[in-house]
Amino acid sequence: MHRLNDDYEALRKTVEEFARDVVAPVIGDYYERCEFPYGIVRRMGAMGLFGLPIPEEQGGMGGDYFALCLVLEELARVDSSVAITVEAAVSLGAMPLFRFGTAEQRERWLPKLAAGELLGAFGLTEPGGGSDAAGGMRTTARLEDGQWVINGTKAFITNAGTDITGFVGVAAITGTREDGKPEISTILVPAGTPGFTVSKKYSKVGWSASDTRELSFDDCRVPEENLLGTRGRGYAQFLQTLDEGRVAIAALSVGLAQGCVDESLRYVREREAFGHPIGHYQAIQFKIADMEIRTHTARLAYYHAAEKMLAGEPFKREAAIAKLVASNAAMDNAREATQIFGGYGFMNEYPVGRFYRDAKILEIGEGTSEVQRMLIARELGLSSL
Amino acid sequence: MNIVVCVKQVPDTATERKLRSDDKTLDRDAADGVINELCEYAVEEALLLKEAHGGEVTVLTMGPSKATDTIRKALAMGADKAVHLVDDALHGSDALSTSYAMAQTLKTIGFDVVILGSESTDARTGLLAAMLAERLGVPQLTQANKVDIDGTAIAIQRLTDYGHDKVEASLPAVVSVVEKINEPRYPSFKGIMAAKKKPVQTLGIAEAGIDASQVGLAGAWSEVVDFAAAPPRAAGTIVTDQGDGGTGAAEFLASKKFI
Repeated sequence: MHRLNDDYEALRKTVEEFARDVVAPVIGDYYERCEFPYGIVRRMGAMGLFGLPIPEEQGGMGGDYFALCLVLEELARVDSSVAITVEAAVSLGAMPLFRFGTAEQRERWLPKLAAGELLGAFGLTEPGGGSDAAGGMRTTARLEDGQWVINGTKAFITNAGTDITGFVGVAAITGTREDGKPEISTILVPAGTPGFTVSKKYSKVGWSASDTRELSFDDCRVPEENLLGTRGRGYAQFLQTLDEGRVAIAALSVGLAQGCVDESLRYVREREAFGHPIGHYQAIQFKIADMEIRTHTARLAYYHAAEKMLAGEPFKREAAIAKLVASNAAMDNAREATQIFGGYGFMNEYPVGRFYRDAKILEIGEGTSEVQRMLIARELGLSSL
Repeated sequence: MNIVVCVKQVPDTATERKLRSDDKTLDRDAADGVINELCEYAVEEALLLKEAHGGEVTVLTMGPSKATDTIRKALAMGADKAVHLVDDALHGSDALSTSYAMAQTLKTIGFDVVILGSESTDARTGLLAAMLAERLGVPQLTQANKVDIDGTAIAIQRLTDYGHDKVEASLPAVVSVVEKINEPRYPSFKGIMAAKKKPVQTLGIAEAGIDASQVGLAGAWSEVVDFAAAPPRAAGTIVTDQGDGGTGAAEFLASKKFI
């Protein structure tokens, strides 16, 4: 897999051109205005980017998760807001529905999700529960007259408040297990359901052209059949969803890291100091060499994790390593690229300034770097010595 | 409706383009081959016409064997099949002999409407549509920014300096399009994978009914006698406005015969 086959390469190249010709010229303005780029999303939908790992019979492209990762990398080379919009819509919105949903749920939502006409969101994190999502969960859903009655608050939910948001999969406590721990289930709440309130957009450090919301549920009622999959399987569902998502976030991080290399290579040939283009100086050359090393190794890490995932082998360790290595690469490269650009790097009109703002969240979202280390140690048998 | 869209592979405009020193033709090995940008608009228009009126879209490409990449791209966008006219004897053909070879091929494969981009980014003659129509004995509707087909009637709109022309004809016809006509789609992954299974018919000059003496360098009516690199851009002239900036700018433009 380290050498892309013709199909993957053609897809990668197509998205590279799309990102360069369609996204790059306009995304800075969306970012500045903190505006969701509906036109770009529409065109990505027409290209099938939201349906890559979904089978053709269900309205998708019949590709796989690695194809999605390649697309995320190419998009994030140019802009992370657009990339995270696709990542969250597919990995957190469509995939849980595809994997765990009933035939009726899939029929109702999947074709529109795969076409990018509607976006799905996933409500897991809460104001008091991030890394300890299960332990910190306060949102509840109780069955009453054939309806789930949901109460609680979700925080930092991507794609939850756009004009084309279809539903949010809400993880909620639905009872108590035999071992005394909370029973967690996922319930689909369609946009516009009474009692479901979407707050205004957060003011974020980065990812400014993506949609991130706080959600509140106040006696929000949905039919009993909106349960996703089996009652009490919510925890297992999101662990599986997050393992895959980590590979996707690793790919997105590699894209940002590569974008820093691309922009820096261009700039150091043009910018002159002390009589030469700054790329002439070893101080700059070594920075860029290090950026390239980090990007390359992180790419290999996510390719490897994806390869194991597609082969149906355990990939939790590889996914955690890829996510950690890649988000570190993105953060380090963004810092160094900004340094190379000097004062211009601190200006929002240059992409590297945007990369700098967009990089930090990669060490936090889809499992913090600390959680990745915890998972890796646990995979090595060091969980509870 | 049998829609044929002519697609050309050109050297990537982002890379350095060179002519060969031996026969003064384009050095196709020196640069990456990409689909000519205006051809993407032609393919998109062909697909839109198919979606509106039914029928089939056939890609026609004349070019060396590596042009298959470009054919695949057009197929990935959604065209149904392709005909690749490829023959060493075609090397060095000029616009006139190319139009002969393409016209012969079009007569062989048949068409209701032929669509092509109004020019290519390499030779930029912009002549092919008119020459094809003449050789095929059908109407030419060139530089279209809008195409309407109703039964066998075809009408196009052409933007001009003074407004727009409306040109009407009946099928079969040749249409050339400009970039204002549509927004070419990007291939989907499904399209990319499906393209590999679509038929690509390869024709040599004999199969297409082409007389070898009328094509290639020998059959060309024009000849590249010499070429030279473009001179580096000279330093600009700065007109400093001291109350007479307008006059200064006007005098500069007049000296360059712009006004």
